[in-house]
Order: sequence, then structure tokens, then C-alpha cells
Amino acid sequence: MSYDAVIIGAGLSGLAAGIRLAYYGKRVCILERHTTIGGLNSFYRLAGRQFDVGLHAMTNFTPKGTRKGPLARILRQLRFRWEDLALSPQVGSQIAFPGVGLSFTNDFELFRSQVHEHFPAEKDGFEKLASAVIDYSDLNEPVAAQSARAMVAGWIKDPLLVDMIFCPLQFYGSAREHDMDFGQFSVMFRSIFLEGLARPWAGVRLILKNLVRRFKLLGGELRLRAGVRQMVTEQGRVARLVLDDGSSIEGQNVLSSAGLVETMRMCGGPSGEAPESGQLSFVETLSVLDEQPSTLGCDRTIIFYNDSDRFHWHRPEELIDVRSGVICCPNNFEYEQPLGEGMVRITALANYDAWRKLSPEEYRAAKQAAYEQINASAVRFVPDYRSRVIADDTFTPTTIKRFTGHDNGAVYGTPQKRRSGTTHLKNLFICGTDQGLVGIVGTMVSGILMANRHVLETSREDEAEIIAASAEI
Amino acid sequence: MSPPEIKEAILDILESIAPDEDVTNVKDDVPLREQLELDSMDFLDIVMELRKRYRVQIPEDDYVQLATINSTVEYLAPLMKDLQKA
Repeated sequence: MSYDAVIIGAGLSGLAAGIRLAYYGKRVCILERHTTIGGLNSFYRLAGRQFDVGLHAMTNFTPKGTRKGPLARILRQLRFRWEDLALSPQVGSQIAFPGVGLSFTNDFELFRSQVHEHFPAEKDGFEKLASAVIDYSDLNEPVAAQSARAMVAGWIKDPLLVDMIFCPLQFYGSAREHDMDFGQFSVMFRSIFLEGLARPWAGVRLILKNLVRRFKLLGGELRLRAGVRQMVTEQGRVARLVLDDGSSIEGQNVLSSAGLVETMRMCGGPSGEAPESGQLSFVETLSVLDEQPSTLGCDRTIIFYNDSDRFHWHRPEELIDVRSGVICCPNNFEYEQPLGEGMVRITALANYDAWRKLSPEEYRAAKQAAYEQINASAVRFVPDYRSRVIADDTFTPTTIKRFTGHDNGAVYGTPQKRRSGTTHLKNLFICGTDQGLVGIVGTMVSGILMANRHVLETSREDEAEIIAASAEI
Repeated sequence: MSPPEIKEAILDILESIAPDEDVTNVKDDVPLREQLELDSMDFLDIVMELRKRYRVQIPEDDYVQLATINSTVEYLAPLMKDLQKA
């Protein structure tokens, strides 16, 4: 069977790319190794309950009627109405560090006034930072690649404020340890502080199911349990894809959301320019409560916390790093009706290799211990909800590796992003996390951009077009 | 297709691209980029929709002709005059 385009991975980027191509009459097949869709942003059932994976909150939220920005762009490109994503904005979030907390909502003025209040000496520096982020354009490549730490240090002197600004941005999208490049920093700053956080009442499944429905209505084909084992190459092109079951499939173009390193492995990419695998993975704990979290005093949407003098963003030496983390209550969004049960999710940095080496018995014990340590760490920043937990689950870097296929369970993929999406093979392109756009909206933008650029407008060769189009993200 | 029919076709396309917009309020002589905040990806979509719906090919150099409703209709009129209304 031959297609105009074969897409590897039925996550948000692959589905968005598939919709674009199917809409314009291309024969498209999406191949997904797992039994379910979603990839990095997915969902599962356990003991009759629905759990989300990945999504705490969707960033890049802008209200209905907004015509600019990434959310407006994906709605237009995918022909969705704003209501189709059923987004409810956050109640309010916080960055909690030793001795100081900064609150933020989807109104940037609150965050600005919080910074002015707690760091009066940094008022001017923060304004300079904010205008640099607003003015930032990906067309300015020398600036995009610069160290964000170095640039921010030029405006803000207090390392505590610098760390407090970096903490949420790194947790929500930095594949690079210690630092970010200024381009990624600006994109993340806008998506969280200048735009905002929201969530559909039904969770990420609502977005995924809308995408799949649209894709199939347009005639797209989705194959689950269809992992790609190998790409057979001929004359600098992917000639066919060999699936896990040994069958073959052909496509004029191949878009891969499987990750850059992982995709190169499938096609025996040039060893000389092999990108490095990402190192940053997470443990996440999910606790179901017998009460709404706000009733217990846990009334924030997200709390990014850190208990140390400095915020450390790197792979821990041990199984987990409990000094910092993200606490999310999916209940605390402005829904029309409350969620049925209370839920607290906590994310902390973890070391894939340390988890991988454990025996099955050690793994079970380590998972239980990690749950207890992470929640004990978190209750220093929110009221103690632990006596109200009626069910829990924990997933680790090895779980993430199993379901996403990413080396090292690296949620944000390789630090070496492939912004152009091109590879050494003429008809193979990278989309999704490793193309360099993260978050639910970001990764959909990536799928759309790559489908437009490399399949729908193949006659056009100006590289600047993609960069220009990404500039406003 | 007559110029009024072409205008109707353009508005249909705009409506499909931006389902949240009320296209009946779009002014004929104000740039679409300004009125609807359309960006380069959206203009590419207008071009691709015209190709999909009416098999009209628009070279990249002519995209500037799509600035307003009036300029678009004027540009498309000779290209679409022999087409039947869809």
C-alpha cells in the first residue's frame, strides 16, 4: 500500500499534521506503536478512574476571540472552533521558593505586580526582560541560540528571581540541562506568563479524540499497534517502512514524531552527526482525594516549588530529586461543574538509568518510596492532603520510555532540536517535540508547520518561511 | 463566476479558515491581515482552498494580490470567469 504521506506517531503533532494533509486530499496513514493514541500526552484507566499523562495544563491559552498567537493559529489551521477544545482557564498558580512566593494567573499584570512587590530593586530589569521576550523573533537567529541564563543575568541581578522565572519554564519544556536557549526561553515565557494555562474538563482525551475524529472524517487512516521497526532507504530517500509485524508500507513523504535520535536509529542515520539523547525524565505521582482539593486548602492550579538556595535543573544522581517539583490540582480550573473527585499530581526530576537498573522487586519498592518522598516534599508547600488519599498511582522514567519510545524516558527529547525538520533523507521530516516546539499547542503547531512546509508546499524552498511562521509562537 | 459570486466564494473560504469570525462584517477595502490578523500560513490556506475548490493556481509572486476582498476579487475575476458556481 502506498500513501502520499506516512506519519509516525499518533500524538498531538502527528494527528495535527495528519489533519492538514488529509484536508487537502492527501492519502495519509498514521502509524502508532501503542494500543492507544497520545504519546507524551495521553490518558489511561485504572480501577475505573481516568488519569491524564503529561498534561497538567495546556499552556498558550488565549480567550475566545483572540486572533493572534499559537492557539488562534492552530484553531484556524485545523478548522476548529474555540469551543471545540472546551478550555477552562486556571484559577491561579504560584512559584514557591524559600521565603518568597510569586503568584500568577492568565493576567500578566498580576505576575508583574508580584515581581515588583517582592523584588522592588529588579523592577526595571524585569520590564526590560518582558519587552525583550515580547519583541523576540525567531528571525533573529543569533539571539535565539544565546544562553538565556546569560541574557537574563544582564537584566536581573538577584539570582533568586532568575531561578523563580526559570523554574516553571524549564519544568514545562526544557530538554537542555542547567540552561535554555533564549529562543526557547521566550517561547515558554510567553506561553505561560503572557498567554496562560487552561484545561478541558474532560482532560487531554477531549483534545485527542477531537483530532482523531476530524482526521478520520477527512479520510485519514490510523493504525494502532503498528510500530516502525526500520526504514529502508534507497538513493537518499525512505523507500519503505518495515513495521514490527514484518509488513511494509510505502509513503511519498514520511513525517516522524518519534524523536530525532529515535528516528535516526530507524533509518540508520549518519553516525557522524548523531544527536545526543535527552537526559531529563520525571517521576509523577497521582493521588485521588475523597474531597475537592480546594476544600482542604489546596486551591492553586499549579505550584512550582523549590526548597534550596538555587534551583537545579539537571538529571539527578539518585532515582529522584525531591528538592523541586510541580504540584497540579486538575480540579482548580474555572469549570462549569467540578470534577467528580479530587486529584493531586506531582512531578519531580528523575534519573532513567537509576530506575532501569532496578530488579522488579526493587522497582516496586522504589516506586512506593518515591511516592512517599515526593508527596512528603510537596506538603511543605500546600496543606497536607495525605490522609485524604483514597487511591494513587506513580509512573517513572521507565514507564515514560515504554509509552513514548523516547530514549532515557526524556520527556522533552533531545536538547539538539531540528528546527527545519529536514533530515539527511530527502523525504523524511521530523515533527513534534524534537522539531523544537513543546506543549500541547506548540507540538500541534509543529505538526502543522512541517506538513505545510514539507508536503503541501513542496515547490517552495525558502527556509525563512518556516522560521517566519514560528516567530510568533 | 461573476465578481459577486467570487466574493461569496472568498467569504466561504474565510469562514472555513476562521470559524469563530463573522465574515459578514469583513470590509471589502481593508487588508485582511489587519481585519482578521491573518498571517502567512492563513494566506497560504486561502491559496490552497482556491486550488482545492476551484482548481485555480496562484503563483507565489501574486499572493500580494490577496490583500483585501476587493483586490482578491479583481485578481481572480479573469481566472474564474469561465467557472460555474460551485
